[in-house]
Amino acid sequence: MSRIGVVTFPGSLDDHDAQRAVRLAGHEPVALWHAHESLQGVDAVILPGGFSYGDYLRCGAIARFSPIMTEVINGANDGLPVLGICNGFQVLCESHLLPGALIRNDVRTFVCRDQALRVESVDTVWTGAFEAGQQITIVLKNGEGGFVADADTLARLEGENQVVFRYLGDNPNGSLNDIAGITNARGNVVGLMPHPEHNTEELTSPSLDGRPFFASLERHIGALVS
Amino acid sequence: MARVIVDVMPKPEILDPQGKAVTGALRRLGFDGLTVRQGKRFEVQVEGDLTDERLEQVREAAEKLLANTVIEAFDVRVEQ
Repeated sequence: MSRIGVVTFPGSLDDHDAQRAVRLAGHEPVALWHAHESLQGVDAVILPGGFSYGDYLRCGAIARFSPIMTEVINGANDGLPVLGICNGFQVLCESHLLPGALIRNDVRTFVCRDQALRVESVDTVWTGAFEAGQQITIVLKNGEGGFVADADTLARLEGENQVVFRYLGDNPNGSLNDIAGITNARGNVVGLMPHPEHNTEELTSPSLDGRPFFASLERHIGALVS
Repeated sequence: MARVIVDVMPKPEILDPQGKAVTGALRRLGFDGLTVRQGKRFEVQVEGDLTDERLEQVREAAEKLLANTVIEAFDVRVEQ
């Protein structure tokens, strides 16, 4: 059983859902507090959705400088698996663990819907249990989910297989190239706007397509141990 | 106490949904031909003398926190 840390910032919303998804996948969730300076030896970290620090200044901008993020950034640079969901994705971009930025939706409204996605890369720690090209449905709910990056960065992401998820159907927020999620060059850090932690139980979700995220991690950590 | 102004604006190539909404509202109010891009203004009170070094610190602060240079440009000036 792996120990998966879930960071709670002031204003995090989905930390408990993320902990629950971790538990359902057979891992042990470890609650991590933003003001602490230790990751408590966890095997992976999830930065959950929400509105850390009230989204003041920019989404994720203040959370990025919380004490725990220094540890997360050091860990990620050493290969620690990190998954950023929605606000967590914004924190990862502000931390420069992932390139680009998330801006206000081009439709100027909060978007909340079941979103069809295509899995573009299974070469990451968090997507190895999917099949390449697989179509999945994951809850999307955000006001600032438009992914932007300069032309060179965008070309590099596409060329190096770092686009992990793409929106299918209508682009919900103006993300360039319909990008819903990306990874770093090493494939241990993944950020996406949709919420896989909400798609893990039949009672509350139209699909269970969130489960493979957490199963992927199991594979990765299993491979490290064996 | 010296006051330093930091203006932060979305880069020209970055979509500015807020500015577009304001532009649309102005048009509906009859203000034709006005296109708005919306940014942020920070007023920074600096304790002590405003030396070149202190001003450079404000620039560093702007680059590190006040602006995200992936999507925004900033300008630092001393208010007289």
